[in-house]
Amino acid sequence: MRTSRARAEPSAAELSARAWPSWGRLVWVSMRSQNRTFWRNPVPVFFTLGLPLIMLVLFGSLFSWDIDVGFGPIPAAQFYAPALAAFTAANAALSNVGITLAFQRQFGLLKRIKGTPLPPSAFLGGTVVSSVWIALLGTLIMFLAGVLFFDVGIAAAKIPAAALSFAVGTAAFAGLGLALAALSPSGNTAPAVANAVILPMAFVSNVFVPAEDPPDWLRILGDVLPLKHFSSAFSAAFHPAVAAPAWRGTDLAIMVAWGAGGALVAWRFFDWMPRVAGGRRAPKAAAGQA
Amino acid sequence: MNAPSAATPAVAVRGLIKSYGAVAAVRGISFEVAAGEVFAILGPNGAGKSTTVEILEGHRTADDGVVSVLGFDPAAAGREFRDRVGIVLQESTVDTSEVTVAEALDTFGAAYRRPRDRGEVLELVGLAGKEDARLKALSGGQQRRIDLALGLIGDPDLLFLDEPTTGFDPEARRAAWEMIKGLRSLGRTIILTTHYMEEAECLADRVAVLVDGRIVACAPPSRLLGSERATVRFRLPAGAAPGDLPALVAAAVEVDGDRAALSTERPTAMLAELTAWAVRRGIELADLHVSPPSLEDAYLHLIGADGDGNRAN
Ligand SMILES: Nc1ncnc2c1ncn2[C@@H]1O[C@H](COP(=O)(O)OP(=O)(O)OP(=O)(O)O)[C@@H](O)[C@H]1O
Ligand SMILES: [Mg+2]
Repeated sequence: MRTSRARAEPSAAELSARAWPSWGRLVWVSMRSQNRTFWRNPVPVFFTLGLPLIMLVLFGSLFSWDIDVGFGPIPAAQFYAPALAAFTAANAALSNVGITLAFQRQFGLLKRIKGTPLPPSAFLGGTVVSSVWIALLGTLIMFLAGVLFFDVGIAAAKIPAAALSFAVGTAAFAGLGLALAALSPSGNTAPAVANAVILPMAFVSNVFVPAEDPPDWLRILGDVLPLKHFSSAFSAAFHPAVAAPAWRGTDLAIMVAWGAGGALVAWRFFDWMPRVAGGRRAPKAAAGQA
Repeated sequence: MNAPSAATPAVAVRGLIKSYGAVAAVRGISFEVAAGEVFAILGPNGAGKSTTVEILEGHRTADDGVVSVLGFDPAAAGREFRDRVGIVLQESTVDTSEVTVAEALDTFGAAYRRPRDRGEVLELVGLAGKEDARLKALSGGQQRRIDLALGLIGDPDLLFLDEPTTGFDPEARRAAWEMIKGLRSLGRTIILTTHYMEEAECLADRVAVLVDGRIVACAPPSRLLGSERATVRFRLPAGAAPGDLPALVAAAVEVDGDRAALSTERPTAMLAELTAWAVRRGIELADLHVSPPSLEDAYLHLIGADGDGNRAN
């Protein structure tokens, strides 16, 4: 180590004249940092990108017949691929925001960040953008696989509607991810809660298999929760019976409401200090996603 | 530079109180730290060092008292304040991180208005050439140096170091001390906590000894404890019991096997009694020597953990 180096001291005027780094740049820097954390951990990569793809392949082998809804025979994948893509995006947004932040709080990274001039909004914004980016990749991979291997057709005129549904749905689940991080007592509880929420929600939302004749309470539950609306808004853009441009206002509105609710919970309960061990970081043993 | 003038302290604390439920962690402490000063808070586990420092950092809020750091109230301070302080927490956060050294420093550096050069910071903490190593793969001591590097990347006027060298090997500790001295010579203000009297003595302009939430002494290290106190050691002559010694000596002596030691504020009188006694009996006292108190002894005495190991309350 070297002991000293003379540094040209800037004058006070020079200092106050020096501008803060722009908010956009700080969102970008935070997003890149969260992306690295994601790609260098095999567990979240598998659960957000690998698992839905495996489901697509399984569904493709199980339901390989064609369906005729009045437009001639159409491969069944045309109907379940969009639903699975919506699930992929929702899961990617919810988990990558909620679990990552809960672990990063547990390990004291959020406390460390709080001690720097990085605006909290830029850090959280970067985290959300990172998870939206991962959700986008997951969705594109699903459709690419669907088009290449399962004859899924895409209508150009309905792509704007699909893109809007993706943006609103993913943002809504990212908002719920913030709420998940805000309410999780520790990093270890966040993945359990995320899975306990998203998997049953997927079943009542007809993502995996359309229920033939569900009991009322199950149907109502599906109608209230956001995933069915994400799935149906998305599916509409790929359904041969739905004409372009396939905007789905009600579905979008319900998702916006959920996303805003999640953000509100986060705004009220989110904090930066580790919650276990009296505000200190947890011991190393509980290694995880962060 | 825009540091406060000598008249305005960098840090001023008055009547600081903080409890966690029934635990009174800090019980009314006051001190000031001048700009450019290295100020050490020395104390045993649970004394309230981290609580105090984290209140100054704005990570925790005080129950009562007045705190001013660089002219800011840290509990309410924002970006301007954060831009000028560097924080090294007691707990490292880098041991689970998948990012590399360079990525971590660039990410954190981006938030500051005038970040230091990455290579310069790495050289300062002795990690030059480690840019591409994953934080997770570094040794514990190297990870601690990353903590230091992240505290320095914003080129702070005021640096908080909460037990910066715990876990360092002796060589790394020396190197860290050199680094801290280097920062001091650049005019930076440093507040550090430590368990090591030696560290405080080597680095600090002034030391506050914190015990059970109270400052029991605050002075330059050389003046921390009455330097007139001395330790007298000798071997107990064969056949002599401690009770045979002259009364003044017997009252103060501690015997371990044939080794006798006593700590006294009156070494002259003590020696006169002891040697007169030995001469009268024609005994040559083996290993007789008088030494100033070791700093460790001084510290242990100060926190009331000397002698029989009881902690005064
Ligand atoms: N978040 C917390 N919740 C409850 N009690 C706490 C909390 N933080 C600290 N304490 C208690 O307050 C007292 C002071 O703790 P503090 O961490 O400030 O001590 P310290 O001097 O830094 O100790 P160490 O040398 O072990 O780091 C201790 O009794 C500790 O148990
Ligand atoms: Mg401490």
